[in-house]
Amino acid sequence: MIKKSFIGLVKPRIDYTVLTDLDPALIEVSKPSQIKLLLESPLDRGNGDLKKGDLLKTGQLVTTAKDIYATSPVTGTVSDLSGWAGDFGRNFTAITMDVAKDEEYDEQFSDIAKEISLESAIRYLSAVPGSPPLKNFKHPDVDIHTIIVNGMDEDIAVTTNQYVVQSRLKALKSGIAAVGKFTGINSIVLVAPERLAAMALAAGIEVKVVGSQYPMAQPKMIIKNLFGQVVPAGKKPENLGYCFISAEAVASIGTAMDTGKIPTDKILTLIRKDGSTTLVSVRIGTPVSEVFKACDITINDKDQVIFGGPLTGSAIYSEDHPILSDTNAIMIQDKDNVPLSSEYPCVNCGECVRICPARMQVNMIVRLLEPGHYEEAENNYDLNSCIECGLCSFVCVAKIPIFQYIRLAKYELDRIRLAEAEHV
Amino acid sequence: MYSQKKLIVSHAPFIHDGSRVPTRNYHILLAALPAVLMGLFQYGIPAVAVVALSVSSAILWELVINVLRKSEKTIGDGNAAVIGLVFAMLLPATVPWWFVITGTFFAVVVGQQIFGGIGSNPFNPVVLGALILFIGWKDYFDFNVALVNFDFGFDAIYPLTALKSFGAAGTQGFTPGDLLMAKQTGGIGSTFGLGLVLGGIYLIIRGFIRWEISLSFLAGVVITALIFNVVNPDQYAGPMFHLFTGYTLIGAFFLAPEDSSSPVNFIPMLIYGLVGGFMTILIRNIGAYVDGVLFAILLINLLAPIFEKIRPKALGKVD
Repeated sequence: MIKKSFIGLVKPRIDYTVLTDLDPALIEVSKPSQIKLLLESPLDRGNGDLKKGDLLKTGQLVTTAKDIYATSPVTGTVSDLSGWAGDFGRNFTAITMDVAKDEEYDEQFSDIAKEISLESAIRYLSAVPGSPPLKNFKHPDVDIHTIIVNGMDEDIAVTTNQYVVQSRLKALKSGIAAVGKFTGINSIVLVAPERLAAMALAAGIEVKVVGSQYPMAQPKMIIKNLFGQVVPAGKKPENLGYCFISAEAVASIGTAMDTGKIPTDKILTLIRKDGSTTLVSVRIGTPVSEVFKACDITINDKDQVIFGGPLTGSAIYSEDHPILSDTNAIMIQDKDNVPLSSEYPCVNCGECVRICPARMQVNMIVRLLEPGHYEEAENNYDLNSCIECGLCSFVCVAKIPIFQYIRLAKYELDRIRLAEAEHV
Repeated sequence: MYSQKKLIVSHAPFIHDGSRVPTRNYHILLAALPAVLMGLFQYGIPAVAVVALSVSSAILWELVINVLRKSEKTIGDGNAAVIGLVFAMLLPATVPWWFVITGTFFAVVVGQQIFGGIGSNPFNPVVLGALILFIGWKDYFDFNVALVNFDFGFDAIYPLTALKSFGAAGTQGFTPGDLLMAKQTGGIGSTFGLGLVLGGIYLIIRGFIRWEISLSFLAGVVITALIFNVVNPDQYAGPMFHLFTGYTLIGAFFLAPEDSSSPVNFIPMLIYGLVGGFMTILIRNIGAYVDGVLFAILLINLLAPIFEKIRPKALGKVD
């Protein structure tokens, strides 16, 4: 895809794909016969009132545990409830639904939409396409003062949010108004690449322009470069009062408020084996194999399917994996192009140190993380400054899975801390 | 719908820029070739023998360690070949076979493998190996003795010995042009200044060595030599002489920037190079040895972790 240039002296520059096509093709995947909804609560914590055979209408509220909400993207019957294991120890309840032919909308939301409170917004709108982190507005420890609507995508080659800004500006605008209303926050800023920012500005939306160099659109980099503040290591943007919502999520909220119907179709960027991309619109919960069918893609044994972009995504292990409300991209990689990591030691070439946007001592960190000295890496070498862009692994001459080591270390440290807190 | 294909599940990032360790090493070998070929041309068959034996024995030593440690065979990555070749470039063409094999043993086994192999050596293995031999068998490194039987058609006294013995007056026969074009005696691959500079520039442009180290090392040599020269022009040679004689250029482009033993942050790299250049001239001008490059590099290798403490503030670092 991107290779080291002949002149290795200059630091490699990787750019986001900026949407230039004024009217890109959008493939619409037809409604599947079966869908799966994933709710982040372990199956053994109970299913609320949900049981097999329940009939759910489109847009009906689904809840399995306290504070875990989704809305049904289809009309159909619950055929199975099972456990589903995600990355890094995350546990989900998978609700399988047989999709009925005729769509029937749940009426409840259209009444609520007229005068929506933050509580009902959290319930009904947390799982709209784009997955807005609305719970942040009720979190006791954070005090949000600015909402940043991210019109740029989190990874290279992905253009999902840019497409939404371009094609659904009206919905975006009413979404911004709605979010402002139910959160009571007036400072809402759209961040987008130059051309789209100009478009949004003309439509009367407050905007800031983000550069196209990766990882400038990463939340911590946006706060640093566009808002002039630095998020302290180990803290989140929310701790400084900034909440990021994707442009797609805001547009979905806008559509929901305008029409009284909760949107069910997710926009995503499909990155094919040859690197070309297509925009796809698909019902949430659709198995990924249906997307491949609609786009004429054959998956062979040992190919890799990735949810997310080439630098930060995560691979899935089954074609039955459903599209989630935050699946912004699907990347398919031929088995011959999978860059497997090696067991080679670090040779201290310094490429990672030079490319690290967080200015971390990656060469030292990798020496500590390989034998599992996570706390030392955190205390002495700024492990928590990492913004998780993946560039260190991308340039590693020894092909060390540095990025994976860092994510694992953060996860393990969180786990240790959690265990310690429970035993105090 | 439930047809199960087996998918690869690896982790992010899913792309890589394609750089590899062997590529780096093979390009270093390539960059060293002009200087080595000139040495072979100048010193003939004895030099060919030394270079061939040095490269092959270095590779064999690494293979021996691979076998003893029951680890993967790593000799294909070019690392041992680089050590062997650069080591040979430092030697006079006339050294005996056992000298070469002992040297590569110290370089590869003692200098690198016992520390854990590539990437783990605190010192440049070539410098360490060469210095152990230099201290143990000093006479073999005396270029005036070693090359006494050659007829070069130019002044065959080792330039740095001339300086040490006769002061600046002894250096008058050497012009920078002659020195650059290998009209001086010295190690097989360390006398052809132009070739070393070209190789070094190639490595810098391709990003295989760090320009900050090479340039600051040369700057350290020039600045320190200039100060000495200005203070006492009769006794101390000028910066140009120091730049193109002895191991200065091979040190700047092939020894000091060795990955594992050098710093990677900007300011530490500059200090590392400057101190190296400074110590080189200090040893040459007022120290006990004729050339100071090897000792200077060993010293900056030792200091590198301390220099490396000067590092940029990480994003969002809380003091």
